[in-house]
Amino acid sequence: MDLQEYFSLVFSDYTLRTITLGTAILGAVTGMLGSFAVLRKQSLLGDAISHAALPGIAIAFLLSGAKDSNTLLLGALISGLIGTFWIRGIITKTHLKSDTALGLILSLFFGFGMLLLTFIQKQPNANQAGLDKYLFGQAATLVESDVWLMAIVTGICLFVLLLFWKEFKILLFDADYTKTLGFNTKFIDILITSFIVLAIVLGLQTVGVVLMSAMLLAPAAAARQWTNSLSVMILLAAFFGAFSGVFGTAISASQNNLSTGPVIVLVAAVFVAFSFIFSPSRGLLFKQIRFIKNRRDLELHKTLAFMHHIAETHEDISHPHTIKLLNNFQGFTRKTLQKLVEKDFVTLNGSMWSLTKTGFETAKNLYTKQTTEDE
Amino acid sequence: MDKKIAVQVDDLTVAYNYKPVLWDIDLEIPEGVLMAIVGPNGAGKSTLIKSILGILKPIAGSVSIYGKPYEEQRKLVAYVPQKGSVDWDFPTTALDVVMMGTYGSLGWIKRPRQKEKKLALEALEKVGMLSLKGRQISQLSGGQQQRIFLARALVQNASIYFMDEPFQGVDATTEIAIINILKELRKKGKTVIVVHHDLQTVPEYFDWVTFLNVKKIATGPVKDIFNDDNLTKTYGINYKVSIQE
Repeated sequence: MDLQEYFSLVFSDYTLRTITLGTAILGAVTGMLGSFAVLRKQSLLGDAISHAALPGIAIAFLLSGAKDSNTLLLGALISGLIGTFWIRGIITKTHLKSDTALGLILSLFFGFGMLLLTFIQKQPNANQAGLDKYLFGQAATLVESDVWLMAIVTGICLFVLLLFWKEFKILLFDADYTKTLGFNTKFIDILITSFIVLAIVLGLQTVGVVLMSAMLLAPAAAARQWTNSLSVMILLAAFFGAFSGVFGTAISASQNNLSTGPVIVLVAAVFVAFSFIFSPSRGLLFKQIRFIKNRRDLELHKTLAFMHHIAETHEDISHPHTIKLLNNFQGFTRKTLQKLVEKDFVTLNGSMWSLTKTGFETAKNLYTKQTTEDE
Repeated sequence: MDKKIAVQVDDLTVAYNYKPVLWDIDLEIPEGVLMAIVGPNGAGKSTLIKSILGILKPIAGSVSIYGKPYEEQRKLVAYVPQKGSVDWDFPTTALDVVMMGTYGSLGWIKRPRQKEKKLALEALEKVGMLSLKGRQISQLSGGQQQRIFLARALVQNASIYFMDEPFQGVDATTEIAIINILKELRKKGKTVIVVHHDLQTVPEYFDWVTFLNVKKIATGPVKDIFNDDNLTKTYGINYKVSIQE
């Protein structure tokens, strides 16, 4: 199946439609909530939570003895939440920095989860096969009820986000100040964190424990490059996430069933790379272009200022001088001279140059203008 | 003292771990003063403000605003945090930050409307930043960011203003602009409490001063208590630089 075939089948084929819809919704909700994690400088939190969910999946399986995805996700949710609150506890109760707390919980829970998984695999129970799909995810196992669950959670999340928009925004920007205004910052904080945990748990089946944090961070990091508005950033992140989901699924389905989770993450990574390079205001490319242009402008200004300096000594500002005179000055090149002529600051006559009236006035105001523009 | 007491602090003790940062602070701040809190690094100046505002939880002691607990009097109090306490790369504009000053009176869920926007624009004008209202906050200079923070507090239209080092990292022009606004607030009968570092400017800017170094050393009118004796007690022995001209 190639990409074209995929897109013609996506609306008619039940499996393809379910998976595509699931990954799209998942991408949208993780992108949205990931924006919060990124802006709170809690990028690693997602990684810690998803890894912390693994033992929950294993324990839920051991207790229930069945592979019902809802039961397993409930286990993931509980152990994810426990991990999160332990992280918060470690940060507030000890002197450890947050990265240490995150790393500690991440490896502890993941290690424990892996231990349980290997223990389960040794059990003489045919049912255990495929539990390790939660490590890297398997989108093909998504069924309609999974997608419904994702859609409902996304809907609730959207509603809460709109309802507490103002509170979320101010907490993200300035938590101490929010507290002095009388808002219960702990409540807002727990609300945000709980939704992040919920979104991560929902994505485990599709993307897996190991790669889940990329779903959270990549769309948000890419979106931040394109806008300076929080609402636009969240919308863009949701869009990037959804698109990564759809396109990742399409590629994986059309290329011999490549594992969907990693492909989705790679598509999201392409968004990030593209945004880092090509964003007009923050991207590397335009930054470099602006830098070079500024250098050129400065060279031009310096040459003009030097000419002004010479012209000042004459009563007639447009008195012609030889170009040789400029040789003492380092910043001057033929090209800058040509540029100055184009801008009508200078006229050339053979090997002689003279300032025009506009050129003289511009040069005179050069420094004063720059200082006022700075303020 | 015939004036009303705006802020009263009793037996306030704050500790982060075992060592107290503030020890048994008693403080009465009369209404309508422009007060500097001075002291060396680590003296607990910011901690004092944060404890009064309920951001930090004290081990012991109480705070009252016009005779009532702070929780009941929030609307009378505005806070200007240290500029460095937030991430200025946050995706928002100058106007948006100033609007946050209206969030307290709006309460939960309600969104700011035309009226709140008008208040924010007025505050921006007061601090001379109206022309930069749409500017992304990371593209503002340090002085401009400080003005934005000040405008956000002005929007709250409070009676008491707490400011944590509002002159930090600002140029002379901004410093003068800010102190003029503070003096104007005092003229309107507001109480302004400022964590301040530059001892040279204390007599010129302020009429009230508190010396703090874990314990309260002294508090009172600048003309009575701003002397070498108190400076030495606060900053350590042999404080030889004479501040007063």
